[in-house]
Amino acid sequence: MSLLRRNWLWLLALVVLLAFPFLFYDWAKGRHSGFALTLMSEIGVMAIFALSFNMLMGQAGLLSFGHAVLFGLGAYCAAHVVNLVKAGTIWLPTELVPLAGGLGGLFFGFVLGWLATKQRATAFAMITMGLGELVSAAALMFMGFFGGEGGITIDRVMDTSLLGVRYTSPWQVYCLVLAWAFIAAALMRLQTQTPLGRMANAARDNFERAQFVGYDPRRIRWIQFTLAGFFAGIGGGLYVLIYEIVTFDTVSAAKSANALLAVYIGGTGAFFGPILGTIVVVLLQSGVSLLSNAWLLYVGVLFIVMVMYAPIGLVGLIGLHAPIWRAGRLRELLLPYLRALPPALMVLLGFVLLVELTSFTTIGAAQGKHFAIAGRTIDTTSPLPWGIALVALGLGALWLRREARAFRLRWDALMEDAKRQAGAS
Amino acid sequence: MEVFVVSLLNGLVYGMLLFMLASGLTLILSMMGVLNFAHASAYMLGAYFAYTISLYVGFWPALIVAPVLCGLVGAAIEMWGLRRVHRHGHIAELLFTFGVALIIEKAVQMTWGLLPVPYRVPELLDFPLFRIYGTQFPAYRAFMLLISALMFGAIWLGLTRTRVGLVIQAALTHPDMASALGHNVPRIFTLVFAAGTALAGLAGVIGGNYQVTEPAMAFTMGPIVFVVVVFGGLGSLTGCFIASILMGLIQTFAVVFDVSLADLLAKFGITVTASTPFAEILTVTLPRIGALLPFLMMVLILVFRPRGLMGTRDT
Repeated sequence: MSLLRRNWLWLLALVVLLAFPFLFYDWAKGRHSGFALTLMSEIGVMAIFALSFNMLMGQAGLLSFGHAVLFGLGAYCAAHVVNLVKAGTIWLPTELVPLAGGLGGLFFGFVLGWLATKQRATAFAMITMGLGELVSAAALMFMGFFGGEGGITIDRVMDTSLLGVRYTSPWQVYCLVLAWAFIAAALMRLQTQTPLGRMANAARDNFERAQFVGYDPRRIRWIQFTLAGFFAGIGGGLYVLIYEIVTFDTVSAAKSANALLAVYIGGTGAFFGPILGTIVVVLLQSGVSLLSNAWLLYVGVLFIVMVMYAPIGLVGLIGLHAPIWRAGRLRELLLPYLRALPPALMVLLGFVLLVELTSFTTIGAAQGKHFAIAGRTIDTTSPLPWGIALVALGLGALWLRREARAFRLRWDALMEDAKRQAGAS
Repeated sequence: MEVFVVSLLNGLVYGMLLFMLASGLTLILSMMGVLNFAHASAYMLGAYFAYTISLYVGFWPALIVAPVLCGLVGAAIEMWGLRRVHRHGHIAELLFTFGVALIIEKAVQMTWGLLPVPYRVPELLDFPLFRIYGTQFPAYRAFMLLISALMFGAIWLGLTRTRVGLVIQAALTHPDMASALGHNVPRIFTLVFAAGTALAGLAGVIGGNYQVTEPAMAFTMGPIVFVVVVFGGLGSLTGCFIASILMGLIQTFAVVFDVSLADLLAKFGITVTASTPFAEILTVTLPRIGALLPFLMMVLILVFRPRGLMGTRDT
């Protein structure tokens, strides 16, 4: 019972995630929305990937620029395993294909980790970058394992399911992704509590002292890297099952960068940070890329803003409210927040308008697209929209600055009170 | 012989171009420990600025104006961005420059379009300078060599003969000590950052029409410049110079020699067939793995000799 009480949040999340696709359920035709399910499966896979990235970045302080190598190699391994099962060479239930990917990731994590974990900090980042470039170049070069530009294709309907499910519909795949995402997340969560997880933190914060206490920081890094490879590989295995194809861009630097952006935007300090960051990035990627060419620019700007002003990430920002919430005075922040909302929206509007105007005059024009808001085409060469964008951006920024100052005062006062209250009780 | 001389010259041109990029990065990395991901973006900006300027007033003014613009961009990034994240540590600085590189790439795509722009060699230099064994050597490459040699001389004089240069040298190896002696190390750093990005911009101006001016050029050039810096070693411009030339030569010579490990084995009487284990790896020819060699070198050197060729301390 206490187990249930402690983990109610996980159960709640599971129920919500299972129920969520039904919001997009087409009751008239009696089937799920393929887009929503694929999107949510993608979020599930990327969340595992981001969490495994955070095993290095957040827990061990190791910034990797080649984490997608482990994800992608796991995916390739899983794809080959599926093809072997199809050919009848080996037998493996469909449900365990991600595990095959995980073992592939584990193996490559062990081998590549031997090289990468010899160093830490910047040198580690550069080695992983080099490994990433090497593997993504090799992926185009060696046909046997990587299948060249075409990649490796599979057919996920294997008739070897333990549960008798054939995985023909996106809904069945989504359930599998969800199950594996929860298993992987729970395992990674537990791993943070193990002595290894704790020592990874110690080696991150002060590796010399960790060494002095009698631990080998290099070995800690290596084991941590190998385990991160395992979980990234599970993500890769799921990726193969969703898309039924794996190509060289699963190992590419862009994929690694995606994880980095997601983890940093969400927050490296808290366990759930990467999940939140993944949701934000994938939604921006899938949602905004339908409307605009510039989704990566928005993600990049968000990332820079986080690095400069809030290195604790979105989860960290939410966490800052905890003392005020405990003091029961969160309500008093409502008004300052509401007051800051209009200028913030104005800045956002001005910025987005400016970016879109620029993008539609060049890329959009080259692709023959027109910039339209609410059905009305906007002439990107006339000065009026540019003027509106610049004025909104400028005025909004000035106004936001004013409101931010007032907000800051209110915040500091509340924080002071909350601290005093906590001290008194 | 003919191939050898031509490749040597081309390798030298490419190596000097790399050095122009890498020298600024070495100074920045050694002084502040910032691995500047946006450095190659300055290279790209230089090329694009030069293209736009040369449309209106021609190539020669662009040669001066574009690097200056890049330097200003660099100074702005350093003063308003990098300095703010400095207190969050090296990783935060690295991430910041990574984000800047990402944004610059998208901004370039949005301003100049996704396709390569027709940035061409100026007509004045668009003729073959001389012929070696029937192969033409364009005058523009000689001009590139000249510019980079001039720049190399200017850096060397600036670093050894001026007061600022001496402080930079001191801050290179002992940043804390130089600061403790009362030198304004942050200001020196802004200066070096701006000068480094201006140099990268200059490399872009003369390299953009030698190679292709396209939005992906920063992300293809960036890692190679990192390789050069790591290979040369921290805190050593000489090491950086040797590494640049070496890298230029390796990359050009790798394209020329059409051999594979299988050919090497054949000399020892072992023939590789499709059924030989690792046949795919053995039969890959050198030109195909030429692009891989720098990264292989970087990984190996970071693992086994982290201080690089002539570095004074570990990366």
